[in-house]
This record gives sequence, C-alpha cells and structure tokens, in this order.
Amino acid sequence: MTKMISIEDFAFSRRKLLQGAGALVVSAAAPAVAAKKARAATAAFGSAVKPALKPDQLDSFIAITADGKVTAFFGKMDMGQGVDVAISQIVAEELDVKYERVTSILGDTQTSVNQGGASGSTAVQNGGKAMRAIAAEARRVLVEEAAKRLGASVGDLVVDDGVVSVKGNAAKKISYADILQGRYFNHKLKWNKRYGNGLYSEGKAKPKKPSEYKVVGQSFPRTDIPGKVYGTSPMITDVRVPGMVHGRVIHPEKAGGMPKAFDASSIKHIKGARVVHEKGFIGVVANTEWDAVRASQELKVTWSDGGNPFGDQKNLYDHIRKAKVIAKKHDTKEGDVAAALKGAAKVIEAEYEWPFQSHASMGPACAIVDANPKNAVVWTGSQKPHYTAEGVAAILKIKADDVRGIWVPGPGSYGRNDAGDAAAQAALLSKAVGKPVRVQGMRHEGTAWDPKSPASIHRCRGGLDANGNVVAFEFMSKGFDRQDVRSNESKPQDNLAGQQIGAKLRPAKTFRSPEDMYNVGARLIGWEVIPPFIPRYSPLRTSHLRDPLGPQIQFASEQFHDEMAEVAGMDPAAYRLKYLKDPRDRDLVKAAVEKSGWKERVGPRKDQGGKTTVSGRGISYAYRNGTRVVVIAEVEVDKTTGRVWPRKFTVAHDCGLIINPEALKLCLEGNIVMAASRSLYEEVMFDADRVTSVDWATYPILETPDAPEVIDCVLLNRPDKPATGAGEAATRPVSGAIANAVYDATGRRLRRGPVTAERVKALVS
Amino acid sequence: MAAPKRIKLNVDGKPYSVTADPEMPLLYALRNDIGLDNPHFGCGLAQCGACTVHVDGAATRSCSFTVGQAEGKKVVTLAGLGTPEKPHPLQKAYVDEQVPQCGYCVNGWIMTAAELLKKNPKADDKQIREGLAGLKCRCGTHMSIIRAVKRAAKEMAS
Ligand code: FES
Ligand code: FES
Repeated sequence: MTKMISIEDFAFSRRKLLQGAGALVVSAAAPAVAAKKARAATAAFGSAVKPALKPDQLDSFIAITADGKVTAFFGKMDMGQGVDVAISQIVAEELDVKYERVTSILGDTQTSVNQGGASGSTAVQNGGKAMRAIAAEARRVLVEEAAKRLGASVGDLVVDDGVVSVKGNAAKKISYADILQGRYFNHKLKWNKRYGNGLYSEGKAKPKKPSEYKVVGQSFPRTDIPGKVYGTSPMITDVRVPGMVHGRVIHPEKAGGMPKAFDASSIKHIKGARVVHEKGFIGVVANTEWDAVRASQELKVTWSDGGNPFGDQKNLYDHIRKAKVIAKKHDTKEGDVAAALKGAAKVIEAEYEWPFQSHASMGPACAIVDANPKNAVVWTGSQKPHYTAEGVAAILKIKADDVRGIWVPGPGSYGRNDAGDAAAQAALLSKAVGKPVRVQGMRHEGTAWDPKSPASIHRCRGGLDANGNVVAFEFMSKGFDRQDVRSNESKPQDNLAGQQIGAKLRPAKTFRSPEDMYNVGARLIGWEVIPPFIPRYSPLRTSHLRDPLGPQIQFASEQFHDEMAEVAGMDPAAYRLKYLKDPRDRDLVKAAVEKSGWKERVGPRKDQGGKTTVSGRGISYAYRNGTRVVVIAEVEVDKTTGRVWPRKFTVAHDCGLIINPEALKLCLEGNIVMAASRSLYEEVMFDADRVTSVDWATYPILETPDAPEVIDCVLLNRPDKPATGAGEAATRPVSGAIANAVYDATGRRLRRGPVTAERVKALVS
Repeated sequence: MAAPKRIKLNVDGKPYSVTADPEMPLLYALRNDIGLDNPHFGCGLAQCGACTVHVDGAATRSCSFTVGQAEGKKVVTLAGLGTPEKPHPLQKAYVDEQVPQCGYCVNGWIMTAAELLKKNPKADDKQIREGLAGLKCRCGTHMSIIRAVKRAAKEMAS
C-alpha cells in the first residue's frame, strides 16, 4: 500500500476487523518493545518491521503476537459456511497450537493478499492447501530457532500448544511467543507468482500426515454465529462512516434504454437531493436513506427506447436453438461417436431446457465508497473484495494499490451477484459528490438486475448395443455465456456502472460440460455459446451463480442417463454402478443406496394407479473438481395441483479429507435446499422489453412448508485424499435427482426446468 | 410526502424521539435515526420478513409499516428480545443448531418464530412450517431453522 488509510479514521469499526487491526496494531507497536528485548537477547529472531504484504512473505499469512495468539490472514471469504474456522483448524494443526489460539482474518486488502476471494468452492481446496504449507513452514522456522536457543537438535524437540521443549526434558522449553517477541518472521516463501485462486506459497517444511491430525477433522463451532443471532456484529449494510450520504441508482423500466434527459426539478422538494449523471449512468445522492429512496423513485428521467430486445419468453429456447454460435468447444472427445451411434442397435435422443435464474440475494447489495482524488476505501459485501477494490480503482481511474477494500459480511452472494455492481455505483457517486456514499439496491436490483445464471438447451444422444450396453454418448450444450460479465469485478466492463459509462466489453464466451466420469463408450461432450440479447447494461447479462451451470447441465445429463438405463432395462442405481469406474464414485452410489433403502426397479413405479398423491425416487451423481456427490431424492407429487414436495434427500458426499464434519453437513443442507428451490420454482420471467421477475412474488423461492422433512448426509471421509470443495458440489446433482424422482412417480419426463407445479400438472393431465 | 414532524417512539423499552416524514417506513427510523440495525432491508415490500420487529407484541414488517403508525406503540427489536447474557430461547437454539449461513434473514425468522411460539407454545412440525411460511432464506438454512424452533419450543415448555 503506497497510501495507508487508517481504519481509525472512521467511526465504524467492525469487531472482527478491529481484532485484525488489533493484531496489526500490536505488531506495529511491537518494534519499541522488541527493540529493548533485542538488546537483552542478541539472538532475537525475526524483524521489527513488517515486510511488504506479498505472497512470498510468511508474515503476509501468519502473525504470532507477544501474547501467543496466532492470526491467519486469508485472502478468501466466508459466506457463512465456516471457512475461517476451517482455516484456523488447518493453521492450528500445522503449527501445533490449540485451535482456540488461532483467529483467521478474512477479506481486507490491507491485511491479506489476493487469494481469489470466494470462488469455485476453493477456500479449503486451494486456499487451505496454501495455508497448510505456510503454517507448516512457520512451525519449521520456529522449531529451528528453538533448537538454537535450547542448544538441542531439531529432532529432539516436540511442540505442544506453541511451546517447544526437549523430548524427555520438559523443563528445557521456549514458546513461539518468546522466540518471536512480537516481531515478524521476515521469512521468504517460494511463491508460484500467481494471484487469485491459483496462488500457492510454501517453504521447505513438509505438512503433517493426515494420520497425525488432532485439530483437523473436529467439529468446531462457527465463530460468526453468535454475532449474527444476537445482532451484535455489524453487516455491510450497517457500515456508517463520518460524512456519509446515501445513494441510489436508477434503471430504465425498459431494458436497453439509456438516460437521455432528466428533470432535476422533479426532486427539488427533497432537501439536499441531487442527481449524478455520467453518460449512461444516472443516480441520486441525498442526506438520508429515505430521501435517496424517494429521490430515485421520483426523479423524472427520459430514456432512449431500447426496442424489444428479449422477444417473447415463449420463444426463448427456440431463440437459443437458432441463435448464431460465437464460441464452441468439445471438452471430451473419446472414440468415434458418429460411428458408434451408427453401429448402435438403439439410439435415443432427448433435449433439455433450463431458464435464466437469479442470485436473488436476501438483501440487495450494499457498498460504501469513500473516493478521494488519489485514493479510496470501499466497504463491500462482495465475495471478492480484492478484485472489487481493483474494479473501484479502475472506474475511479486511480492506482489499484491506492484503494483499500474491506469486506464486511452481508447477504450471501452465491457467485457474481449484484455486490460488485453496488461498489462501482458507490464509487461513481462518491467521486461526483466528494463524500463517502452508501448505496444499497432496492429489491428489483437484486432480482431483476443482478447478473443471471445463463439459460441453455442440452442435446443428448445415446447409443446402445444389442445387449443394452451403452456404446455412445453425445452431450452438447448451447446457451448464453457463462461469463458475459466476469465473476471477478476487477474491470469496469464487469459491472453495470462501467457498462453504462461505455467501458469496452470483454465477455468470456465460455460454457461448461459435465465433468463426466461415466465410462459409456465413445463420447463427445461440448458446448456452444450464443450472443447476449443486449451486449451492454442488460438485466439478462450472465455470470456465475452457485455451481455455475451445474444444475442445468446435470438436469439434462442425469435424466438422460436414467433414460438410457430404462432402455437398457436397468435400475438407475445399478446403471451408475455399472458405468462409474472410480471406486470413490461407486462407494458413494452404494452408500446412498444403502442409507435410503433404495429398491432395484426398472422404469417408473407402476403401483400407484388411481392415487392423487404419488411418490417416486430418483438418483443423480455429480463430479465437481475433485468432489463427488450422489443424491437420492424422494418426492411426493400431487397430481391435482402438480405440487412436488421433495420430502427426503439422501446425500452421499466425498470431498476427500474432511476438515470439519458438522460444518460440512450444514453446508450440504444449504446446498440441497437452495438447489431444490432452483429445481422446483425458479425461473426469471421477462417480457420483450423487460425482466418481470422483480421481487419475491415474481421470483418465488422455496419456503418452509415445502422444505424437506429429512436430509440424510453420508460423509465419506478420505483422509488420504486432498480436501476438495464442498461449497457447491451438492448443488449439482439435485435437479436431476428431483426430475428423475418425478418421472418415477408419474411415468412422465419433464425435460424443461424448473419442475414447477404448473408444468407437472400439465404433464400428468 | 408529509412534512417532517417529531415522532415519539418506544423501542426496546426506551423512549426515543425522531424527526421524520411520518410516511417513512419504521425500518429506516430504527436503523438510521435510532441506530438499531437488526431489522434488515430485504425487499421493502413485506415479502421476506428481514425487517420484522414486534409492535405491541405482533410481528410486524417494519419496511411496510410507517414510523407514524408506530407512534405510541411498543416496538421490540431482536436486541430487545434477547442478548448474549439473557438470550431468548430461540437465540440460544439458533446458536446450538448453528443455523445461519450469511445471517441476513435471521432477524426475520427469530422475531416471527418468537411470536409464533408465544401464541402456540406447542406448535407441531406442520404448524411451525406453516407459521413461518412467507419468510425467505436464500442460503437455504430451512432445515436447521426448523430444528432450532423445535428445540426452543421444547426448552420453553420445560
Ligand atoms: S424488508 Fe420488510 S419484508 Fe422484506
Ligand atoms: S442465512 Fe443467508 S439468507 Fe438465511
């Protein structure tokens, strides 16, 4: 940081941040104390000055203060799934200190390096892996130093809760705190020169063997829960800084419109309210929040006509089918699918469709930006504050190093929601009025105007030989861009305000394929991307939503495997056992089958004739970046109303080494419920000229009467396998499991998601 | 909009006086004038519950209830319901069951469930699910919410 902006300058102080700052302040204050001690003990270890915050410095990740407390500085965020706890466990384990000594501080660009923020469920998988290596290195250098002080060899030393002693002579000892005396390690790490998810730094130390773990694998409770339950920890929406005013932005009723003119007199009656207009961006700033809300609602703006960019929603899938392809790729090409299909005894085909979906976070995004001519501070709920700060710097046209990003927990984001947009909006408004500005969106900004999960179609073809063996599998997706706006908010074009003021666009033009582990003969698996309806400033721009593209792809692929199983005359679970070859996958299928009491059957249930409420079960499997999940859904279908109740889920989950089993279970429950909601209810509705899903009435999600009765989790711990992500994987198989269960119950297959009551009713009548 | 006027409020047992447009939602007065941040803005449309407070004992969505309407009534927020030192059984159960993920919805669920259990301490599974319908939790913590409400009900009964 070339320009330090002290947190003490602001009235707002977040408890956690203060703790973090405390660790820093203690450290920053340490030199004087340390200097005295250094004179006494000439061999004082470390440095009085903190090395620059770079990934090649141990001090960028771990601090041990004079009172023996350990702080881990982590450049990824927690979305309420206990990431900080897991990181503290990993650090405590490798350092050989009690878990209770460790605090993890997340998400301040001034205390942590950019490890990618919350991204792709990599907190433990990537971030945890780095922290493990770094903590092990910290232990190594401390023990080496202890050996010198104690006149012993490293091999003769043991560490117990941060105290290094000589084996068999416990009186000969020295603590980490005494070794460091409040100083910094000043120890270089080998850094792979990458920032973001790929960042990895290590030293010479070898981390422990999983068989030696004492802290990892235990269920420590979350640290953030009491504050959330008693309302004593401020959230992003509660941040207030001196001199702060309130902003709101205004979007056109009709998509594609840009502001042509506005009538400032229309808000003249609101004292202190003013308009900020820059090219396509228009917002208001007022002294109080209510005034800002009113000004945004009452300001008269004339918009240019955007035409009817979206067309009729009824034609969405036809549009996708016919749209020109701007990018395509085959992710898997094994054998000659065309020939295999030609030679197959039976060929089956099916096409599946999935709509746009919204993040619809519980609260519309909020950010506070204090923009000065040469520097800025942004308080953000974004899951990627390092990138958000870069994005704010870019839109303010100042250096990234001069913007401090402070993450404050807020409404869950589940990917690239509206949080990054709020930060850029607050930045433009703050720059214009020369004061810190707080922006919080209104409901429609979280639902109608957040980046959407892309709509898509999925074409499947399968070939079976005369014995019912699958010999060919073709799976082609075609849909809107996976990242029409990037999930990293580091460039103006990746947020609404930047698009409004004309930043050059950079769509990623990618999609995704099933990370297919089925061994089903010749395979051709790939995707095609189509252009957005509107290239710029679109409420239907697309980006990541929890498990990007997983639900839509698996809705198709897992139903199609069931369709093939039936043609092959096989039970769906038996089919998966036949074609999944990896023992870890097969163990999961077996575990789920056993736990749920699955009975073998070919094709749908046939014993429910005449009943109005029918039930069914469906199985689905998914692989996601190392993690595997099998979900069995048991549903009840009311044939008169079409209501599908996902009564029970059995989830068998393998994410390698488990760090914290109880937190994992809760995390899986959240994934299953959110995915069930998306599978059953969620579809962004639009007219030709606007998104009409604007609130909870027009974008309903699952509520308690429809929540499952039971979610049974079977956690398969694999201590010998690397810990992989758990934040999203269980989202993936749910849509397929539910659709397969509805088929089992009704004998009818729904190939268009979500599985709404309306569609099911039409299907069965 | 009406002209701003002085409005006397009683919140969490303490008297307050705010000068505000009486048409302004109570939510903004609680958060910005009084500094009680537990009611959250989720929708502003009475659709999610995040802003719930008790007004004369009734769970009320403060985004859709004006500060003028609150005058002369007893308003209770989450902080008035219980504290870490003297927790409401629901708060204790929420911690025990490790309910929240992001926690933005917590206020609405606890305030609504508190009223539900007060009216019907013996609420069964179905009554709890139906009594909490209309509340949103985007993180999908419904399973643990239901467990916590049942745990609190049990504790309150004993
Ligand atoms: S904010 Fe009041 S009900 Fe949603
Ligand atoms: S815990 Fe995040 S919305 Fe409920």
